[in-house]
Amino acid sequence: MFSRREFLMAATATSALLGSGMAGSWSRLMAQQALSEDLLLQMEPKGKLTLVHITDIHAQLKPIYFREPSINLGIGDVAGKPPHVTGADFLKLYSIEPGSPDAYALTSEDYVALAQGYGKMGGMDRVASVIKRIRAERGDDNVLLLDGGDTWQGSYTSNVTEGQDMVTVMNSLSPDAMTGHWEFTYGTDRVQELIDELPFAFLGSNIYDAEWDEPAFEPWKMFERGGSKVAVIGQAFPYTPIANPRWMIPGWSFGIREEDIAKHVGEAQDEGADLIVLLSHNGFDVDRKLASRVNGIDVILTGHTHDALPEPVIVNDTLVIASGSNGKFVSRLDLDIQDGKLSGYAYRLIPVFSDIITPDADMASLIDEVRAPYEGELSRVLGKTDSLLYRRGNFNGTFDDLICQALLEERDAEIALSPGFRWGTSLLPGQDITFEDLHNACAMTYPAAYRSAMSGQVLKDILEDVGDNLFNKDPYYQQGGDMVRVGGMGYTIDPGKEIGERISGMTLLATGEAIDPARDYVVAGWASVNEGTEGPPIWDVVENHITKNPVVKLPDNQSVTLAG
Amino acid sequence: MTFTRRQVFGLTAGAAAFVAVAPRISFAATDDTEAAIKAFTGGAEPATGTVTLDTPEIAENGNTVPVGVSVESPMTADNYVESVLILAEGNPSPAVATFHFTAMSGAAEAKTRIRLAKTQNVIAVAKMNDGSTFIDRKEVKVTIGGCGG
Repeated sequence: MFSRREFLMAATATSALLGSGMAGSWSRLMAQQALSEDLLLQMEPKGKLTLVHITDIHAQLKPIYFREPSINLGIGDVAGKPPHVTGADFLKLYSIEPGSPDAYALTSEDYVALAQGYGKMGGMDRVASVIKRIRAERGDDNVLLLDGGDTWQGSYTSNVTEGQDMVTVMNSLSPDAMTGHWEFTYGTDRVQELIDELPFAFLGSNIYDAEWDEPAFEPWKMFERGGSKVAVIGQAFPYTPIANPRWMIPGWSFGIREEDIAKHVGEAQDEGADLIVLLSHNGFDVDRKLASRVNGIDVILTGHTHDALPEPVIVNDTLVIASGSNGKFVSRLDLDIQDGKLSGYAYRLIPVFSDIITPDADMASLIDEVRAPYEGELSRVLGKTDSLLYRRGNFNGTFDDLICQALLEERDAEIALSPGFRWGTSLLPGQDITFEDLHNACAMTYPAAYRSAMSGQVLKDILEDVGDNLFNKDPYYQQGGDMVRVGGMGYTIDPGKEIGERISGMTLLATGEAIDPARDYVVAGWASVNEGTEGPPIWDVVENHITKNPVVKLPDNQSVTLAG
Repeated sequence: MTFTRRQVFGLTAGAAAFVAVAPRISFAATDDTEAAIKAFTGGAEPATGTVTLDTPEIAENGNTVPVGVSVESPMTADNYVESVLILAEGNPSPAVATFHFTAMSGAAEAKTRIRLAKTQNVIAVAKMNDGSTFIDRKEVKVTIGGCGG
């Protein structure tokens, strides 16, 4: 923990390292900002009701670095609209000063320098402080805490306890409802077991029994808060059985099922709801489209695509709120409800600066308790990185470059494939890479690193297929990940084209030769959704690689060329 | 990504077969689809509306895709849905099913599961007792999957 004074001194010291130009104005801005817990949390209250939203925590109990993307393309109608605005354009759009705390929290601009100055973000003990303070300020009976899912997966401890650590921690925060996505990768029985432990609702309007085609989960729930009736409809990630292993949850079917949402909106209205909220894991563009097609939803608390936006996007009178990921942010939405109607709001995307916000002592000790059995392993140092390691970006991230390099070398492959996940934390140049850091990038229940032969044609089909999941012009066909990361092979992509026409110029980097559709290539990858995939877990592959190459230094990845 | 060796080989073979014969199949299937619609409507161009197909945007399993169809109708002796034809435009043989109704059916609704070889349009054509016909068309995507999140 830093005191405020120490924090400012650390920031000033870092700015001195930056040299001229940017650094000067940045250190000045830093001083002007005079960051404090009060400043981070204060907000002019509005109305009686407050929604608190947190989503995509990905099991990050401790403060982390998480670099936001520098490239996040929007296709068709949403090109250039939030969240498809990054870096300097983002700062301009929201009038954020370069080098300011918000600039650090929300963009990748000057990331390393700002991260060194501002420190890590998140930590569930800090999140607990924020939530407790909101409850104290607004009154327990006036606050609804909603968790958008992707809460139980993403760390070593969550994987090894099959989600138990997160359930224990979240239960102590007393949310009112949650929905899910990666939760389902623990398989039907475990998911059921964990849900039984929840003292709150797990909502999923779009989860059906696959055999009988009937709703399998509680779709929505009515709450009384702030003197109003608030209906919360849950929407799990619609493509869970496609993007993740279907064989782990054979009895459940998902889908967008917007007609069901419309039906529940009607039911909620009939039961006298003053406010209707969709707690969604659809992804931003899917929710934007849904808001334009389904009337009567007052607020969509969106998740899945990990976007953090400082203001709501308003579509068809619906406020769409994007609260970021990894515990970096907590959203507070104050709502003024008059005569059964939403008549005003105030919103704050609260950035959780871990050096500024005081950890909640009870939560801190609970976190220590759940981690204690694994502390020795978690802190084990595997190597060190000279490069910034991060994952977010449409086409590649340096952590995936490292994983691909490990796959190529450890599995003796010509080409490596690594899924375009959006979870996984960042490491700054000069940091040790611990066992925990590595597992933050790959902890999952289907980690086998396969090695198989694939023809050039199959590789092309895969790139086209994933490209269409990301860049289909209709958001309802998007699955919300990024492009599969490729090692050992380069390609050109034109996102605006149709499936089958986006990918060209596939080249084997080792020889510079064009990929031959008819030839078989040795391909190594991980996280196959197919049952019975064989191979060592990916974390062993990467750990072996780091042990042999203990200082990670990655060249600029120029293997993907953007066309169009 | 997502391939076991066995499944990769399966896919490779499938892709090769598809590439080799795709033009013939797709023309044949589109022609077959148009012909089947014409035969069902007696040559008339069906109107849109009234009939609604319920399909997933993306199939979770192309081997068994749930498809529902419903037709707005009072279902009285004077005004009822006679039959509904379901077609899968991109399958080698597009005809999937024909559901027959009477006024006694109460509602013109049906559900089934169909196999889709690849991304394609699924089509429902409804015929009323007065001979008028209606059509709905939805694209269902069949993907390799596995890289979301």
